[in-house]
Amino acid sequence: MNNVIGKPITRVDGPEKVTGKAKYAAEFNVPDLTYGYVVSSGIAKGKITHIDTTEALALAGVLQVFTHENRPHTAWFDISYKDQDAPAGSPFRPLHNADVTYSGQPIALVVAETFELARYAASLVKVVYDAKPSHTDLEAHLSEARDPQWAPTNFLKPLPPKPRGDSKQAFLDAPVQMAAHYVHGVQHHNPLEMFATMVQYESYGNEDKARLTIYDKTQGAPNSQLYVTQIFGMSSSDVRVVSPYVGGGFGSGLRPQYQLFLAVMAARELKRSVRLTLTRQQMWTFGHRPATVQTVALGASSEGKLTALNHKAIAATSQFEDYTETVVNWSNVLYPCDDVTLEYKLKSLDIYSPLDMRAPGGVTGDHAIESAIDELCYKLGMDPVEFRLKNYSEIDQTDKDKPFSSKELRECFRQGAERFGWDKRNPTPRSMRGEGHNLIGYGMATGIWDASQMPARAEAVLTVNGKLRVSSATADIGTGTYTIMAQIAAETMGMPIEDVIFRLGDTDMPLAPIQGGSWTASTVGSAVKTVCDDLKKTLFKTARKMAGSPLAKAKLEDVLFDDGSIKLKNDPSVAVSFIDIVGQNGGRAISETSTSLPDMLNQKKYSRHTHSAAFVEVQVDEELNTIKVTRAVSAIAGGRILNPRTARSQIIGGMVWGIGSALQEDSAMDHRYGRFMNHNLAEYHVPVFADIHDLDVLFVEEHDEIVNPLGVKGLGEIGLVAMPAAIANAVFHATGKRVYDLPIQLDRLL
Amino acid sequence: MEAVGELTTEKSLDSAGAKFIAGGTNLIDLMKENVERPGRLVDINHLPLNTIEEIEDGGLRLDALVSNADTAYHPLVEQRYPLLSQTILAGASPQLRNMATNGGNLFQRTRCYYFYDTAMPCNKREPGQNAGPSGCGAIGGYNRIHAILGTTEGTEDGQSQCIATYPSDMAVALAALEAVIRVTGPNGERTIPIGEFHRLPGQEPQRDNTLEPGEIVTAIDLPAPRFVDNHMYLKLRDRASYAFALVSVAVGLEMEGDVVKDVRIALGGVAHKPWRKPEAEALLVGKTATKENFRPVADSLLEGAVGYGHNTFKIELAHRAIIRALGQAAKLEPTA
Ligand SMILES: Cc1cc2nc3c(=O)[nH]c(=O)nc-3n(C[C@H](O)[C@H](O)[C@H](O)COP(=O)(O)OP(=O)(O)OC[C@H]3O[C@@H](n4cnc5c(N)ncnc54)[C@H](O)[C@@H]3O)c2cc1C
Ligand code: SF4
Repeated sequence: MNNVIGKPITRVDGPEKVTGKAKYAAEFNVPDLTYGYVVSSGIAKGKITHIDTTEALALAGVLQVFTHENRPHTAWFDISYKDQDAPAGSPFRPLHNADVTYSGQPIALVVAETFELARYAASLVKVVYDAKPSHTDLEAHLSEARDPQWAPTNFLKPLPPKPRGDSKQAFLDAPVQMAAHYVHGVQHHNPLEMFATMVQYESYGNEDKARLTIYDKTQGAPNSQLYVTQIFGMSSSDVRVVSPYVGGGFGSGLRPQYQLFLAVMAARELKRSVRLTLTRQQMWTFGHRPATVQTVALGASSEGKLTALNHKAIAATSQFEDYTETVVNWSNVLYPCDDVTLEYKLKSLDIYSPLDMRAPGGVTGDHAIESAIDELCYKLGMDPVEFRLKNYSEIDQTDKDKPFSSKELRECFRQGAERFGWDKRNPTPRSMRGEGHNLIGYGMATGIWDASQMPARAEAVLTVNGKLRVSSATADIGTGTYTIMAQIAAETMGMPIEDVIFRLGDTDMPLAPIQGGSWTASTVGSAVKTVCDDLKKTLFKTARKMAGSPLAKAKLEDVLFDDGSIKLKNDPSVAVSFIDIVGQNGGRAISETSTSLPDMLNQKKYSRHTHSAAFVEVQVDEELNTIKVTRAVSAIAGGRILNPRTARSQIIGGMVWGIGSALQEDSAMDHRYGRFMNHNLAEYHVPVFADIHDLDVLFVEEHDEIVNPLGVKGLGEIGLVAMPAAIANAVFHATGKRVYDLPIQLDRLL
Repeated sequence: MEAVGELTTEKSLDSAGAKFIAGGTNLIDLMKENVERPGRLVDINHLPLNTIEEIEDGGLRLDALVSNADTAYHPLVEQRYPLLSQTILAGASPQLRNMATNGGNLFQRTRCYYFYDTAMPCNKREPGQNAGPSGCGAIGGYNRIHAILGTTEGTEDGQSQCIATYPSDMAVALAALEAVIRVTGPNGERTIPIGEFHRLPGQEPQRDNTLEPGEIVTAIDLPAPRFVDNHMYLKLRDRASYAFALVSVAVGLEMEGDVVKDVRIALGGVAHKPWRKPEAEALLVGKTATKENFRPVADSLLEGAVGYGHNTFKIELAHRAIIRALGQAAKLEPTA
C-alpha cells in the first residue's frame, strides 16, 4: 500500500537545499548579465530638486542610471499596478516622479557590467532634496485615525462587524472590569534570502520584441507575472516567471517588490539581462508589520462570564494605500458576548505600506485580547484556562453566528495543560522561584487563525516511464509544499512516493494563488488530489480499452490503485500496471489538468478556523530583568496532519517567531527623520539558538469534512499566534509587572 | 618583526586612507555601507604575528593576528586568564570569533546606528569640516545602545558631540587585567597601557584611540596572572548570544577569606572606552565581600552618568550588574 499521507516523510527538497543545488532568484546565471544597484532616499518626505548622475555615468562599464527624469513610460492607471494582494489605494510606483514619500524610497537605479561597479557608481549619485517635515509616529497622531477604505482583500481579511448591544454601558455596569492599552512597534520580515530579481532578456522577431524569463523572489510567480504584464503592456506569453525556491517569505513576497519593477524596466530599456539584489539595509524599505495601538476594555460578571467586550485598534499605513489586516475580530470569534464593540482604524503616515507578515493582524490582536483576558482572570481570581472554558464560543458572533466547521480547542486546553503541568502553577505573582535570583512564571493563551481554501489548478502527467509528475504554480517558502504535495499525489495515485515528483514556482504551470494565509496545503493540496483523481479515471478508461484487458468489465468502483497498478478489489492479483497503460497510449505520456474549487455553498455556512493553546514557562532575573523562555507547549487543532515532521517544524518555527515577537523584534524609528535606524541583523534582533529551550508541539485530533476534501487546515501561522500573549502573561506571573507593549525588552521591566 | 617594520615605513601607508585588513569582520561591513572608504587596503595576514607566548615577568603575549577563538581556547589563556576566555566567548558568534583577530577587535568601531547610515548626521563619521551631514544624530534620536559615561554633549559648535560606545567585549576584560598594547610604527616600537589606548570622544569623536598614523598593533601583553579564582564577566544584552552588550562588567577579585585584597572592575557598553575608576575600586579594598559593601563601589563607578532618553535605563541596570558581578566573582552568587 502507498499510504504516505500522515507519515513523517523527510523533505523531498532537503538534499537539493543542503547541497546548494537549489537555486534562488539571485543565483541564476546567464551570459552577458548586467547588475543593478538601487539608490535609496535619505529623507522621508519632500522633493528631489536635483539628481546628478554624471559622475556615475562617466565610469566605464556603467550602462545607465535610471531616475524619475529618464525612466520609460509605463502603464497610466493605478489598476495596472495592482497585484493580487494590493489593498485599496494607489500602489507605489518606483521612480515615478520627484516626490519622496518615505525614507529609503528607491530614487535611482544604476546598471553596470559588474555588481561592484554598480555599487560604487551608486555612491556617486548626488541628490539634492527639498525636504518637508514628515510624520511617522503613530502614537502622536491617534486622534486623526479614520476608517479604512474597503478593498477586495477584505474578503479574506474582514473588517470589524457592527457593534452588538451596548458595550459601553455593559462595561460600566460590570462588577469586574479591566482596561488597557497595547502598543506594538514595527517588525520587518527579513527572510534570510534578500529580495532579488534576475531578468533574462531574449529578443525575437525583428529584435524589437522580447521574451523575458524572470527569476523572482516571490510567494507567487503568477502574481509577479500579472504585475509585469500589466505595467509594461506585455503579453503573458512573453513573460515567464520562475521561482522554484524561496529562502523564506513570511509574507514579504506576497506582493511584488520594487526590485522586480526596476529590473524589468532596465532589461527592456537596455535590451540586456539584469540582476538586481537588494541589500539587507534595503529590506527595511518596503512592507512590514504595521505599528498599532490597541485598547481593550472588558467587563465580567463576578462568576466570570464576559459581559462587555471592547477591542479597538489603530494601525499605521502609508500615504498611498490603506493596508488593513484583521486585528480585533478574533476577540469575538473566541469569546461570546452580548455587548461588543470592535473597531479598526488607520492613520496614514510617511512610511511605506505595511504588508502581511506571518499571522498578520492575528498575532497583534491576540496579544492584546489574550493579555487582557489574563488580567481579567486575576481580577476575578479565576484560573485562565477555566475562564476560557466558561467563555467558549460555539458560534462565530462576528460572522452571522455561524457554527464552526470544527473546533477542538477544548482538547488543546486539556492536553496542553496536562503536557505542560499547568496544575503545578501557583497563580500568585512572584510566588514561584527558581535558582538564585530567578523568578518563574507560567502563562497561557489561546491562538486562532483562518482555515481557508482558494481555487487552484494542477497538472498531473504519467510519464513514459511510468512516473508521475505533478505541477502547480504555487510556492514553497520553506513550509514543505514540495513534500506534502508529493505525498498527496502518491497516496491518491497509489504510487510509491519515490516515483512522484512535484514541481512548482513557474508560470508555465497551472495557476495557483499566492502562498499565504496558511491556505496552500488546503488549496493546492485539493487541486493535486483532484487532478490525480481525474488522471486515475483516464488511466482506468485507457486500461479497459487494452486488448484482452482483465479490467474490461470492471467499473471504477471495482478497482483500486496500488503500487503503480490498477487492481481488482476482490482479486488484487488481476492488475494492469501504469507502464502498460502508457504502452496502450502509444507510448505517450498521459496527462490531465484540473481545477479545484472550494465547495463555497457548503463552506459559507460555517466559520472555519484553526485553534491553539500555548503554555509557556519563563525565568526572569528579578534584578537584571533578563527573560528566558525555558519551556513552551503548543497544542494545535489544525485539522488533518499531512506530515507530522513538516507540520511540527512549521509550529516550532512559529513558536520561535513568537519568542522573538514577544521579546526582541523591533524596527526602531527615529521620527525626526522618519527612518528605521537598526536596519541590519546585528541590531534588529531575532532569536538565536541560545534563546530557544524546550519547545513541545502536540496536535489534537480534529476531523473536518467542510474545510476541504482532505480535511487539512494549514499550519503556517497558528504556531505563532498565541505565543506573545502567553509569554507576556508568564512574565506578569513571574514578576507581578504587566508589560503592555511589545517587545518586552529588559528595560521595559526596570 | 622586520616585516612589520618594513610595512609600517612603506610609502603607500602615507597615502590618505590606507587601512590594514585583518579578519575583515568589521572593516568590510563598514566598507559595504560606505562608512569606511579606504583608498587602499593593506592585507596584514601574512605578518608573523600569530602566536601566543609566555613573556618575562610571568605574563603572556597575544599576537595581534591570533583569532579571538584561538585566544579564548588557548590552554594558557584558559588556565591563567579565565576572565579573558569567558569574555571573548561572550562576544559575537563562533563564526565571527574564528575570523576576528585580537588586533582587529581593539579597533572595532562603534555600532551607533547613525554612524552606520551615511544619510544620517554623525560627528564621528563626518567630523565638522567634512562634506557629509554633521552633528550627532544619536543625541535626541534613538539612543538605546549609547553611552552614559564620558560623553561630550552641549559643546558650542555641536560638531564634536558624541555619545557612542566602544562595543568590544574583549577589551573590557583587557582593561580589568591591565593589559599593555604593543605597537610598531614609523618611529619604532612603543607600548600603550590599555587604559590609554582607547579615548573618550572629547573634541575629536572621529578618533577612537591614540594610535598614530602608520602604526600597527603587534601584540597584547598580559601581566602575570591574577584573579584566576575570583572573576566574572557579566554581559547583559537583548538576546542570549550574538548581540552586543547593553551593559557589561568585568570583575577580578583577589580575596583573602571573605575579605577583598584587591579588585579591578571595568564596564562595557557604557562609554567610548572600557570604563574604569581606580577610586571606586579602592573603596572595596580591605572590606568583606558583601552586597552592602559593593553598593558604594557601584555608586562611585557610575558617578556623573547621564542618560539620553532611550538609554537612561543603563544607569540603573549597570548599577545592578556591578553588584551582581562582584557577588559572582566573590562566589556569593551563582554565575548562571
Ligand atoms: C554581527 C556582529 C556581531 C558582533 N558581536 C560582537 C560582540 O558581541 N562583542 C564583540 O566584542 N565584538 C563583536 N563583534 C565585532 C568583532 O569582534 C569585530 O568585528 C572583530 O573583532 C574585528 O576584528 P577583525 O580582525 O575582523 O578586524 P578587521 O575588520 O580586519 O579590522 C578592523 C579595524 O582594525 C584595523 N586593524 C586590524 N588589525 C590591526 C592591527 N594589527 N593594527 C592596527 N590596526 C588594525 C583595521 O584597519 C580596521 O580598521 C561583532 C561583529 C559582527 C559583524
Ligand atoms: S553618538 Fe557619535 S557615532 Fe553616534 S551619531 Fe553621535 S557622533 Fe556619530
